[in-house]
Amino acid sequence: MEKRLILRGLLCGALAGLLAFAFARIFAEPQIDKAIAFEEGRGEAQLALDAAAGLAVPPEEGAVFTRAVQADVGLGIGIVALAIALGGLYAVAFSLAYGRVGATRARALALYLALGGFLTVYFVPFLKYPASPPAVGDDETIEQRGILYLSMVLASVALGILAVWFGRWLRTRHSTWTATLLAGAAFLVAVAVLIAVLPSFGSLSVGSPETETPGPLLDPGGNIVYEAFPADVLYFFRLYSVGAQVILWGALGLAFGPLAARLLEPAAGRARAGVPAAQADPVAGSAS
Amino acid sequence: MSIAPGTHAADRPAPLSVPATFLWTALMVVAGLAVYYFVGIDQGMVSIFGSDTHIHEFVHDARHFLGFPCH
Repeated sequence: MEKRLILRGLLCGALAGLLAFAFARIFAEPQIDKAIAFEEGRGEAQLALDAAAGLAVPPEEGAVFTRAVQADVGLGIGIVALAIALGGLYAVAFSLAYGRVGATRARALALYLALGGFLTVYFVPFLKYPASPPAVGDDETIEQRGILYLSMVLASVALGILAVWFGRWLRTRHSTWTATLLAGAAFLVAVAVLIAVLPSFGSLSVGSPETETPGPLLDPGGNIVYEAFPADVLYFFRLYSVGAQVILWGALGLAFGPLAARLLEPAAGRARAGVPAAQADPVAGSAS
Repeated sequence: MSIAPGTHAADRPAPLSVPATFLWTALMVVAGLAVYYFVGIDQGMVSIFGSDTHIHEFVHDARHFLGFPCH
């Protein structure tokens, strides 16, 4: 059973990844191209400033892959591979949660878990450390940023699991409605504390700027020689990043639910097909 | 819910036994986390192939777009 659930999770993950990739290819790539154009233009302006100031100019690095490969094959394989992995992990979480969170049926549980995955694996970390296009982010701080981002993912997944346990415990003394609201509020408070306590990415860089988004490039006289990172590119990149994750987790939950229900609850499937539950057992009995 | 009133306790979903599912669960968790690592993290903050950047550059756009800190 476990093997069959995981296989379905991997398949649904692949489907969800392909949909998210199609969305990313159409909507995100133009923004990534603009961000890279900004990065190159700003780099050239910086080199010109450095040369004028008599600083050594570093040799240019060669690209390992062309932009076409990165935008088509790399983007596709990266998103689909991650979606397949998330689909498998999601199926594992489903098989552990199924039957252990009250009377929640397979299809509903699949959607709740997809929502939980979206929130804890992506969206809560995003609230503190949002996805950033190329050119936004200081190369020198990649280690700290990586550790902070992973800590945020781990902490929000752990807090999500704790909130569910807390809700199950509250359910023994309150209504489902009240227990759900209280557990949800506890999760929000814990996440807010986490966001308030962890340092921002910008503060890691030299001079602790308020943000890691590049501001305008100034010459020694204080004149702007290159514009700041375009606000629209940052906005649309992040909006589409959230959009792709909604597509990914939404497709995963919607596709996996019915497959899991057919595997785990064949009798309930017949009841849903129009046979009232009270009569489902005798009908099933006489049919077999 | 589509479950009619009068549904009895026997209709509650039965949990899968953890010992019986342990092998596949463990394999999936290890493989899943490995893929998460290679798509999201390797050759950025840490690298198991030294200073090579092929994986990083190949999944570059995906890494940015999926929300991982990149470079």
